[in-house]
Amino acid sequence: MTTQPLVAMVGNPNAGKSALFNALTGARQKLGNYPGVTVERKVGRLPLDDGTIVDLVDLPGTYSLNPTSPDEEVTRNVILGRQTGERMPDALVIVVDAANLENHLRFTLELLELGLPTVVALNMVDLATRDGLELDAARLADDLGVAVVPTVAVRRRGLDHLRAELSHILPIAAVPLRAGHKIEGFAALRQEAHRIAGRAIVSESPSRRLTGAIDRVALHPVGGMAVLLMLMFVMFQAVFSWSAMPVLMIGDLLAAIERAVSAALPDGVLRDFLVQGVIGGVGAVIVFLPQILILFFFILMLEGTGYMTRAAFLMDGVMARVGLSGRAFIPLLSSFACAVPGIMATRTISDPRDRLTTILIAPLMTCSARLPVYTLIIGAFIPARTVAGGIGLQGLVLFILYVAGVGGAFVAAMALRRSVTKGGGGAFLMELPKYQMPLLRDIAIGLWQRAAIFLKRAGTIIFVTTMVLWLLLSYPQPPHGSKAPAINYSAAGQIAGVIEPVLRPIGFNREISLALIPAIAAREVAVSALATAYSIDDANNENAVQRSLTERLAGRWSLPTALAFLAWFVFAPQCISTIAVTRRETNGWRWPLFMVGYLLVTAYVAAGIVFWTASALGL
Amino acid sequence: MRLSELPHRRPAYVDQIDWTRMTPADGQRLREFGVCEGASVELLHRGGLLGGGAVACRVGRMTIAMRAGHAAAITVNTDAAQPR
Repeated sequence: MTTQPLVAMVGNPNAGKSALFNALTGARQKLGNYPGVTVERKVGRLPLDDGTIVDLVDLPGTYSLNPTSPDEEVTRNVILGRQTGERMPDALVIVVDAANLENHLRFTLELLELGLPTVVALNMVDLATRDGLELDAARLADDLGVAVVPTVAVRRRGLDHLRAELSHILPIAAVPLRAGHKIEGFAALRQEAHRIAGRAIVSESPSRRLTGAIDRVALHPVGGMAVLLMLMFVMFQAVFSWSAMPVLMIGDLLAAIERAVSAALPDGVLRDFLVQGVIGGVGAVIVFLPQILILFFFILMLEGTGYMTRAAFLMDGVMARVGLSGRAFIPLLSSFACAVPGIMATRTISDPRDRLTTILIAPLMTCSARLPVYTLIIGAFIPARTVAGGIGLQGLVLFILYVAGVGGAFVAAMALRRSVTKGGGGAFLMELPKYQMPLLRDIAIGLWQRAAIFLKRAGTIIFVTTMVLWLLLSYPQPPHGSKAPAINYSAAGQIAGVIEPVLRPIGFNREISLALIPAIAAREVAVSALATAYSIDDANNENAVQRSLTERLAGRWSLPTALAFLAWFVFAPQCISTIAVTRRETNGWRWPLFMVGYLLVTAYVAAGIVFWTASALGL
Repeated sequence: MRLSELPHRRPAYVDQIDWTRMTPADGQRLREFGVCEGASVELLHRGGLLGGGAVACRVGRMTIAMRAGHAAAITVNTDAAQPR
């Protein structure tokens, strides 16, 4: 039983809540989940000047205590002390956007009625000044009856003041609950907010000149779309070019470890296990960390600057054509990093059928776990040369794979909206926040959290599946004097032998059949599985062990097979985490099973078409 | 005049909103965005290269996006913009 006071941070979306949370708690954050729901619980330790340590919890942004989506519901339940897995907060920090005072004050008044000890953070006052607003914080504090602290989270301004006010209100017994502040009804709240905001604003000039100027281009039907496509293209080129250096360095490091282990240990099972299983398998996945982080960097930047909602606006027209709304664009774009947070982000879609459709197509967005597979195959089979206009051919192929995923998703959405998820929908309501430069620290914290999740996966799921696979691949061993490849005698080889006839028509060989088994656990394991399969296969050839997996594949697969393998992975069965999160978000097995089924069939057909076409063209 | 028909960047204020032309949840969200009788509005952008897209408008000091259907449910007045 913990006795640390719990302070909940709450506010409208786009009030700069997360930036303030990061500024206050720094790296002392813990990510978790509320039991029973997939809403992320973000808690950080906040030491106050008087020595008290406070648990600060960052709640999902919401516009009122009248929730329309699961994460808004969590916010309401936590504040009212009804959320399982969370104790009743001892105090609130209400974060208000200084430039959007009237609107945010309405929710503030609603929260103040609860009578909890409260500090209001008047956030982003610098941007309000930029927009020509002059505010009187003291007057606002008088009118609200609670402390109001002007803050600029990104510049760490007002943080000391905020902490001081918190230690002031936290000895709960010392602060009597305020009473008699009852305002009934939405319209009355709004009028009161209008009145208080009017008194707090000393002077104001037309709003959002900078944002307006950028939007003239960014939201232009033609120009804006061109900007969006260009951004996406730059993002995918960067994933390749920026990562080249760190990937090489990690590769060298792994090779050095491999040599050290080989030198230190005698020839035998333990050495094989460490070199081929552990270093070879897990290392083949870790090497892709730079690319995954670059992708997340772009997504975090697009979210942090406020551009992501513009992308949703631009895409609404297209999304409407396939029966979705622009809101689905953000979960789908997040799914490029990983389908799990993407599917979780669908909670902001209030229409249940819109939401289900988005969940079902989210795995078609090329997640970062597929990147290792794509980069491996592209590296092995697509020459690293430039085509017209200095565009890298490898990057171009990668771009085409992403487009294929998106195209497949649109076709799937259209089909789903006409069949299993028919009806409803038709709404798109979204706030377009002002542009701002995100702080590098906030991006860094986001990247660190993602890297930790990826490495944890590499260290657990991927490690275990790699181990199991190595065992299956190594045993039973071939009889002495056998001429056939060792892999044919192993348990995995026998399992793959059963699957192979089904996959042979679409050009897949035994090693691919083998790699697809553990890829269901996590897609990127396909790479380590291939690494394990080929390094064991070549175990009696000294030189071959030194050669990279890329070169090995280039020598063994035909181009149609490689292309079919890529096509398979565009649509392929998703990882276990995705299936699990789909089950949780749809409350049952029906939809995750449906999803696995339709994706498997699509993957098979797509790989087949690519293989047959490529073979017919004589590639 | 409906908000959906308002010329770009002509300041106006909301005259009337036909809440029956939207679901209660959408109505609630619009109110939370500050869309109400008397609110000052301005149409900023029409999205959708392929048509049927959303519109972006300024409501008070906020910029919000909504589909043309919702914008058509909002009647606006461009006579000397009235304060609430």
